[in-house]
Amino acid sequence: MNQEELKKIKADRVVDARGTSCPGPLLDTKKAMASVPVGGILETMSSDPGTKADIPVWAKKMGYEFLGVINEPGYDRIFVKKSK
Amino acid sequence: MKGKIGKRMSIVLFSGTIDKLMAASILTTGAVAMDMEVDLFATFWGLNSLRKDMVKSNTRFSRDFEEMTGPMMQLFKSKNVPSWYETLKKAKESGTVRVHACSLASDLMDLKKEDLDEIVDDIVGVGSYISQADEASITLFI
Repeated sequence: MNQEELKKIKADRVVDARGTSCPGPLLDTKKAMASVPVGGILETMSSDPGTKADIPVWAKKMGYEFLGVINEPGYDRIFVKKSK
Repeated sequence: MKGKIGKRMSIVLFSGTIDKLMAASILTTGAVAMDMEVDLFATFWGLNSLRKDMVKSNTRFSRDFEEMTGPMMQLFKSKNVPSWYETLKKAKESGTVRVHACSLASDLMDLKKEDLDEIVDDIVGVGSYISQADEASITLFI
């Protein structure tokens, strides 16, 4: 997805993991995904620079769809679709 | 593509300094996030650090970098990094993490199950560890 499409997303659930260090945001993302309905979108906000690299790998392993990242000042917004 | 679920990681936790304990607990958390099961086999100083009276009071750092203890502790605090124990506890609450105490080291240090923190599941011999490690796709010695 491009930046414009990502900005339009209204996530079903948002995890604000800003201020927590690796691997906190990844674990919070995994936990939160359990309550996202199939077809729903999870947004993770993270200030840890490793998270935007870890979440796509995790999503692939879990069989979810990584949609993209929006870089905000000081943090990232990372979008994953629970495709199944 | 769906990844392989149900894979395992196995760690021999030999060291008892907080820098290495931290590495072990962060790797454990990463594996849990990836839906892997983790077996930690704590022996010698790793086991010593799991004593009830040690889990929160341990301030030892690797000797090679001993002079960094103060600055690193400050950094952990300012960057909001949880302790190795909190990290391991959270990993255990979030997935399948089994902490095994080495029976020989327990015997040598005269430690019973009740002397060890509740995070420890059981006391086992090296044979159990080898059979767990044999089924793991990642094996680490820390």
